[in-house]
Amino acid sequence: MKKNMSTRLVAVLGALALVAAACGGGVDFEAGELGAVTVEGEEAIQIRSLNAITGPVAFLGIPNENAIRMAVEDYGPIQGHDVEVGTGLDDLCSADGGQSAAATIVADDAVVGVIGTSCSGAAAAASPLISDAGLVMVSASNTSPSLTSDLAGTAGENYYEGYYRTAHNDLFQGQAAANFVFDNLGLTKVALIHDGDPYTNGLTTAFQDAFIELGGEIVVHTAVAVGDTDMVPVLTEVAGGNPELIFFPIFPAEATAIVQQIAGVAGLEDVLLMAADGASVTNFMEIAESEGMYFSGPDTRFAENTNEATGVNGEKFLSDYESEWGEPPSADFWGHAYDATTILLTAIEEVAVVDGDKLHIDRALLRQTLSDTSGFAGLIGSITCDEFGDCGAAVISIFQHVDIVDHQASKANILYTYSG
Amino acid sequence: MKSPAYTRRLGLIAGTVMSFTGAIGMIQTFNERTLINPYLRMGDLTLYMTPFVLAWLAARGEPNPLHEPEREPMAGAAQGAVVGLIAGALTSVFLLVINTFDLTEFFPNMRPATIDAMTFDLGVPVGLVVLTAVSAFVGAAGGYIFGLPEHIRRGLGRATGWVLAFALFEVVVADILSFADIIVDVIYGPRGGLQIWSAVIIGALAWWLSARYQGQVKEFSNRVRGADAKSRLRRSMIALGVFAAIVLPMLLGGILNELLVNVSIFILMGLGLNIVVGYAGLLDLGYVAFFAVGAYGTAVLTSTSEAGIGLGLNWWLALPIVLVMASIAGLMVGTPVIRMRGDYLAIVTLGFGEIVRILLLSDWLTPFFGGAQGIRRIPGIPVPFIGEVSGTDPQLFIYFMLLFVGLAVYISYRAQNSRIGRSWAAMREDEDVAEATGISTVQAKLLAFVAGAIVASFAGALFSAKVGTVFTNSFDVLVSIIILVLVIVGGMGSIPGVMVGALVLIGILGGPKSPGLLQEFSEFKLLIYGGLLVFMMLTRPEGLIPSVRRSRELHADELTQDAWLDKGGDFARGDGEEVAT
Amino acid sequence: MGRGSLYAPFRLVTTTTNNSRSTRRFKLNWVDGFLWFIRVTAVIAIVVGITGSVQNFIAGEGPTLEQWRDLVISSLSTGFMYGLIALGYSMVYGVLGFINFAHGEVFMSGSMVGLIAATMLFDNGFWDANPWASLLIVLVIAMIVSTTVAVITERIAYRRLRNAPRLIPLITSIGVSFFLQYAFAGLFGVGVRSYPAPPGGLNEDVVIFGIEIQGTKLLVIGVALISMVGLWYFVTRTKIGRSMRAVAEDKEIAGLMGINVDRTIVTTFAVGGAMAGVAAMLWALLFRAVDFLTGFLPGIKAFTAAVLGGIGNLPGAMLGGVLLGLFEGVGPLLVLSGLGIPAVSQLKDAVAFAALVLVLVFKPDGLLGERLGSEDRA
Repeated sequence: MKKNMSTRLVAVLGALALVAAACGGGVDFEAGELGAVTVEGEEAIQIRSLNAITGPVAFLGIPNENAIRMAVEDYGPIQGHDVEVGTGLDDLCSADGGQSAAATIVADDAVVGVIGTSCSGAAAAASPLISDAGLVMVSASNTSPSLTSDLAGTAGENYYEGYYRTAHNDLFQGQAAANFVFDNLGLTKVALIHDGDPYTNGLTTAFQDAFIELGGEIVVHTAVAVGDTDMVPVLTEVAGGNPELIFFPIFPAEATAIVQQIAGVAGLEDVLLMAADGASVTNFMEIAESEGMYFSGPDTRFAENTNEATGVNGEKFLSDYESEWGEPPSADFWGHAYDATTILLTAIEEVAVVDGDKLHIDRALLRQTLSDTSGFAGLIGSITCDEFGDCGAAVISIFQHVDIVDHQASKANILYTYSG
Repeated sequence: MKSPAYTRRLGLIAGTVMSFTGAIGMIQTFNERTLINPYLRMGDLTLYMTPFVLAWLAARGEPNPLHEPEREPMAGAAQGAVVGLIAGALTSVFLLVINTFDLTEFFPNMRPATIDAMTFDLGVPVGLVVLTAVSAFVGAAGGYIFGLPEHIRRGLGRATGWVLAFALFEVVVADILSFADIIVDVIYGPRGGLQIWSAVIIGALAWWLSARYQGQVKEFSNRVRGADAKSRLRRSMIALGVFAAIVLPMLLGGILNELLVNVSIFILMGLGLNIVVGYAGLLDLGYVAFFAVGAYGTAVLTSTSEAGIGLGLNWWLALPIVLVMASIAGLMVGTPVIRMRGDYLAIVTLGFGEIVRILLLSDWLTPFFGGAQGIRRIPGIPVPFIGEVSGTDPQLFIYFMLLFVGLAVYISYRAQNSRIGRSWAAMREDEDVAEATGISTVQAKLLAFVAGAIVASFAGALFSAKVGTVFTNSFDVLVSIIILVLVIVGGMGSIPGVMVGALVLIGILGGPKSPGLLQEFSEFKLLIYGGLLVFMMLTRPEGLIPSVRRSRELHADELTQDAWLDKGGDFARGDGEEVAT
Repeated sequence: MGRGSLYAPFRLVTTTTNNSRSTRRFKLNWVDGFLWFIRVTAVIAIVVGITGSVQNFIAGEGPTLEQWRDLVISSLSTGFMYGLIALGYSMVYGVLGFINFAHGEVFMSGSMVGLIAATMLFDNGFWDANPWASLLIVLVIAMIVSTTVAVITERIAYRRLRNAPRLIPLITSIGVSFFLQYAFAGLFGVGVRSYPAPPGGLNEDVVIFGIEIQGTKLLVIGVALISMVGLWYFVTRTKIGRSMRAVAEDKEIAGLMGINVDRTIVTTFAVGGAMAGVAAMLWALLFRAVDFLTGFLPGIKAFTAAVLGGIGNLPGAMLGGVLLGLFEGVGPLLVLSGLGIPAVSQLKDAVAFAALVLVLVFKPDGLLGERLGSEDRA
C-alpha cells in the first residue's frame, strides 16, 4: 500500500512533536515508524467498536459491541488510565459503511485500536484505512479467507497489516462441516444453498472444495436471494439432484422459509438439514421445523474457559451479560468479541510506556505484540495469532438441535468437534 | 378556528404523535444524545417539539398574504396549553398502558425503559404528571409566541436555531476545530453536548448578529438570485464558490471530507437522474443500474485481483471505456421502454435495475463479476507525484469528486440550455406538440437516458476507486429511490436543488449505506425520509430550491401553484380531460 | 388514458396516427430493429431452454414429474396471491390514475397485525381446536387493518393531491411506503416472526381430479377466486360499483351527476385494502414468516403483475398475477436450467422482471390493456 502525502506529513510532524516532547525530559520515549499515541494524564485510552448494530445483521453486531463494553469494564484501567470505547460505530454490514466508519475512526488520532467489523464485506474496505493509519483492528466475527490467508501460507487479497481476528476462517469451518457429513453421517450426496452474501457463499464454497476432496459429490450448488419467501422453486431445484443432506449456512429469515416449506416438496421427505452459525440464533431455533437439524459453528462451550486477563469464565460472562443487557446474546460470537478486546488491551498494557502521568503507546510495537500473542487463555480457548492475523482458537463443533425450547441444551448436544 | 373541537383535535394529534415516537423507540434512542449539557437531550426535544409546533401553527393560523391575521397572544397561549395538556394526558394514558400490560412480546419498544425515557427518568406516577405539565407549558409557550414583539421573536428564533445547530452538529464543529482541541473542550461537555454557558454565548451572539445585520443578508441573497447570469456579481459569486470548494477540504478534517465524498457521489447521481426525470420527464426507478455499471465496469477493468476478474488497467484509461459501457447500457434500457406508457416506465426501469443487480450477484456470472465475493483489490486513482488516491485519504479524494461534480454541473447546465434541453422541455410539456414541431422524441428520450447513464457511471467509477471493493449490496433498489427522493426534495430540474437535497438527506440524515451527521437517526432514517417526502409533496412540491426557470413560471401564474408541474412530463399527461384543466 | 379502460371498453380514443412522415425516420427503424432483435433472441432462448430441460427430464435428471407438478401448483397459488394484491393497484389506478406504491405496505400491515391475533389464538389453544373459525378471525382482522390503513393514507396523503400532476401522488406514495415500513419496524421490531403452522389438516394433501394438492394451496387458490368473483360482482352489479366506474370515467361529470366522488374514492381504497387483507391471510398460510419488509417485494411483484395484465384492468391484474407467479416459479428451472445456467433459483426475481419487459416488448399495453392512441404513450 502506497502511503499518500498527507499521511506522511502527519507522521513526520507527529514524530517531530514526539521528539520535542521526549527532549523535554521525563522518560526517554522514541516513537517507532508508525508513530505513537500519547495519553495525557486524566485522559482515557481510546479504542473503538465497529459492528453491524442496525439493519438485518444487527443480531450479530449488537452482542459483539455489548461484549466489547463488558470486556473493557472487566479489564479495568491500564496504568491508571481508563479505557474508553465511545459511541458504538456501525459498519452497516457493507463495504461503503465499513469504509465511512473507518474514516471516522482514523480521523481521531487518539484511537489506538478497533474491535470490529462484524461483516467481512465491511472489513475489506475498513482494513486498508485502519492499516494505513497505523492502527490495529481485531474482528470477532469476520470469517472470509480473503481477509487473512488461505491457511496454507498465502496472504488473502484483502489482508492488510494490523488486521487480526479471533473468529475462525471459513475454510476451517467448511472443512469441519464436510468432514462431519462425510465421515460421521456417512453421506456422499449433498446440496448447498447460499444467499449471495460473501459469508454464506464463502462457506458453501469451502464446504464444496473440502467435500469433493473427501470423495463426496455436490449434487446441486444453488442460491436464494435475500428477502425471498417462496422457497418451493429452489427446493424443487435441490430435489432434482436427490441429495441426502442440504447444507444451507444462511440467515434466519430465509432459513425459516426453507424449513417451513420443505414439506411441500416431494422427494425431500427424508433429507437431512444442516445450517451454520448464521442461523443458530433464537428466532430460528425456536421454530418447530428446525428441530433435528444439524448446526456447525464455533464451539461455544465456554462455561469452563476462563479469560486470563480478566478472570471471567464463560458461565459468569453469560450471567453478567443477561443481567446487564436483559437477554442472552443473540449470536455466537460474544466470546470472540470479549477475547478480541482483552488481547488488544493486554497488548496495550504490555507496550505502554509510563511517563509521569502520561502514557506512550507505540503503534508498531503494538502490532508486533499482538502478532506475537501466543497461548493466551481466552473464553474461546487458547489463542495464538498466525502471521496473517488469524488468532482464532479454532474449534468448530457441530450439534444437533434437539430442543426448541431449551436452546442451550441443544447447543450442548455436540456430535463432532474439529480443531484442525 | 379556535373552537374547542379544533383544539381537542390538535391535542389528540399531538398526543398520538408523542405516543408514536415513544412506541417506536425513537425517544429512547435520541435521548442517548445530549444537546445541552446536562439540561437538554435530543429525545426530550423531539418529544416536546410536537405540542410546541402544533400550538404555534394553531396560533399562527392560515398565512394570508393580503392582511395580517389578528392574533390574540393570551388566547393562543391558552389554546396551546390545552393542546399540550390533552397531548400530555393522552401520552400518559399510553405510558400507563405500557406500564400495566406487558406488550413487549409484540411491541419490543413498549417497555419500561420507554417510560423512563419519556418522563425524565421519574417513573410512573410522578413522571406522568411532569410529562403532562411540561407538555402543557411548552404548548402554552408555542401558542404565546405571537404575543412577543417581532424583533424579539426573530432574535429568539435565530438564537435557538444556532444553538441547536451547534449542538446537533457537534461533529462538524469538532472536525473543523480539530487543530484546536482546547476550544472544542471548552464549548462541549466531556460526554458531548454544548456546555450551558457556551450555549448562552452562542445564542446571544446569534441574536445580536441577527439584529445587527437583519435584512442585509436577505437583500444580498435576493440580489444574487435576481442577478443576470452574466453579471459581474453572479460571476464573482461563482468564483467565490469555486475558491471555497478548493480551499474548504483543506480546512476540514477526515470525517467531514469522508462525508462530503459520500454526499458528492449522491450529488453526481442526483444530477444525472435530474436530467432523466427533471429535464426529460422520464420517471426512472432503476437508475442505480447505471451506477452499478460504472462501478462494476471500473472494478473489472482496474482490479488487480488474482481471482481472474480484473484487467489491472489504469483508472484514467478505464474511464472512457466505462463511459462507453454506460452509454450502451443507457441505450439498452432506453430502447425497449420508448414505446411504453409513462406509468409503465417506472416499474420497467425498476425491473431493469434489479435485473442488473441480480446478474452481478449471480453464481452464473461469478467468473466475470465475482458474484457474492464481489470484486477486490480495486486500485485508487493514479495521480502523478502523489501516487494512488483512494478512499483511504478522503482529504485528497474529495478533489476528484469536486472535479466530476463540476463536470456534471457543466453538462447539466449546457444540456438544459441547448437545443436538446429545449426539446426535452417541449417533450415534457406535450409530447405530441413536440413531435409536431419536428422534435424527434425518440432521439430526445434516448439522449436523456444516455446522458443520465454517463453521469451515473462517473459516480460508479469514483465509488469503485474510493471503496476498493465492490459488492452488489451497494446497488439495491433503495439507492434508486433515495436518489429520486433527493432530486424531488431538492427541487426537480434545479442544479443547486439537487446539491442541497443531497447535502440535507445524505449529509445530515445519512445515505443507504453511509451514516450522516446525525448518527442517532440511522434507525429512523427511512421513516424520516418517508415522512419528509409526504410532507414536501403536500406543502412544497416544487422542492427546497425550485429551478429558476420554474419559479419564474410560478410567479407568472400565481393561481395554480403547481402550474409548472401540471404540464410536467408524461405523467401528468395521458388523459385529455386533465390536460384541459 | 387508460384510467377507465376496464370500466369503459367503448371509450372513445382519439387516435393520432403514429405513422406520420416525421416519425418514419431512420432512428425509429433502428429502434424497431432493436426491439425485433430482443423478441427473436427471447424466443430462441426460451425454446432452447425448454428443449434443454425436456432433454434433461428424458435423461432422468432434474425434478421428477411429480415435483414439476407441485412446483406449478405452488407457483399458481403464489400467483393468485399476487393477483389479489395487484387488484388494489389496478383499482386505484383505474379511478385516480396514479400508482399507489404504498399498497404493498397496506398488505404488510394486515399480515403484521394478523400475526398478533394468530399468535394469541395459538397460545390459548383455539387455533388448533377451531381451525376454520381461527382463520376467519385472522382474515377479518387482517382485512380491517389493511382497509383502515388504506383509507387513512388516502385521507392524509392522497386526497389533497387529487388534482395534482400524476408524478406528485406517485412520489407521495413512495414516501408513505417508507413511512409505513419503518413505523412497523419501530412498533414490531425488525426481526422475522412466524405465524403458527396452518391449523387442522390443512397441510395434508387433498385429492382433486386424481391430483394430490396440498390443502393450503388449494385454499389459497379457492379464496382468491371467490374474492375475485365477489369483486367483479361488486364493481359491475352494485350501485357503488357503478359509481366507481363513473368516477373512473370522469370525476367532474360524475360529481355533477350526483355521485359523491370523495366517498367513491374512499370506497375504492377500502376495497383495494380489503383485497390486500385477504392476501395477507393467504400469505400467512403459504409463507408464514412476516416482517416489516414483507410488503415490499410482493408489492413490487403485484405492481409488475398489474402492469403485465394491463393496468386499470381488473381481470388483467388477476391474470398478470397468476402468470407472474408461474413465470418466476417455474421459469428459472424450466428455461434457465435448460440453458445450462447454474444456481437458477437466485435469478427468480430477474426472471419475473425480464418477463415483464418481454411481455411489454411484445404487447406494449399489457396483456389485457387496450390499444391506445399514441397520445397515451410515453
